Amino acid sequence: MSRTLVSVPKTAKVGEVIDIRAMIAHPMETGYRMGPNGQAIPRKIIRHFACEYDGEEVFSAEFHPAVSANPFVAFSTVATKSGALTFRWTDDDGKVETASAEIAVS
Amino acid sequence: MAFRLAFAAALLCAGIAVAQEIPPGERRSGTDFMSAETRAIQADDGSNPGMLWVLQGESLWKEPAGASRRSCASCHGEAATSMRDVAARYPAFDTASGAPVDLAGKIDQCRTTRQHAAGLPRESEELLGLSTYVGHQSRGLPIAPPDDPRLHAARAEGKRLFETRMGQLDLSCSSCHDANWRGRLGGSAVTQAHPTGYPIYRLEWQAVGSLQRRMRGCMVGVRAEPFAYGSAEFIALELYLAERAAGLALETPAVRP
Repeated sequence: MSRTLVSVPKTAKVGEVIDIRAMIAHPMETGYRMGPNGQAIPRKIIRHFACEYDGEEVFSAEFHPAVSANPFVAFSTVATKSGALTFRWTDDDGKVETASAEIAVS
Repeated sequence: MAFRLAFAAALLCAGIAVAQEIPPGERRSGTDFMSAETRAIQADDGSNPGMLWVLQGESLWKEPAGASRRSCASCHGEAATSMRDVAARYPAFDTASGAPVDLAGKIDQCRTTRQHAAGLPRESEELLGLSTYVGHQSRGLPIAPPDDPRLHAARAEGKRLFETRMGQLDLSCSSCHDANWRGRLGGSAVTQAHPTGYPIYRLEWQAVGSLQRRMRGCMVGVRAEPFAYGSAEFIALELYLAERAAGLALETPAVRP
């Protein structure tokens, strides 16, 4: 089950700097831990996070094993036009989780 | 000399054993002991990771399950109205089993007897999600333990357990959380141990966990054998803790260090 939480202002003025936050439920298993009976727990982390604003990438980040579980990312961008912000998290297996939010710019 | 030392030791033990209960005016939620940064994570629903479990619980609430093909919502409707204040008055007496039951136990019972679905194991993502979602509906409401005479015996047992020394370190809950809540232990605040925000997102766990998981952590800390999940001992302790925290506002899902 995909569980994501994104926070984008509903409205903004042209040229305004807006704060954006995105969080996803993910174990971010490092691959360095042992489970019961000393068996290694296989690595499972999100590798790449990207945010597109109306089709144009405005932010991206590479994640590594030291990033905590349920990673939380906060960044800012400039409001230019009304449209959708889409968020993509890509994990080790290439599985992609997405979320999106609309913003109205006046 | 030996006698005097033994006498002093006995006095010291007695001093700790008769720890005073915290007066109602001095009761403080664990939030008050946290750093400003951790409080900020909890205060904003956009940054509180516990909200991820609330979201999961919300979708499970509406999802039909079991042979009955009914969802929680089929009977209970909107959780915002039907589940408001429920978490504030649990654990409660369950007439079906003739024993007190905690919120997670009640959800599991509904799951098996009403929905005819497979039970939800304690600390499973599903049960934590549903408990967090139901608990969240009571956020801001004061803890209001029911004054049900059938609960008195279990609540008294909970108080006894709270004050019973256990484990290799020979400490009771009360030794720290009544007598030394102003202190610090290994750099962390001891706190008064009020169950105001459960299930909590604990930064140390990097996940949401129940009050019983938290209590098991404390029991392992004093090197005692932890009680089993859902045991009568834990439900008795939860009953006493709810009475001890009566009037404090619920914060579910709380964030704790």
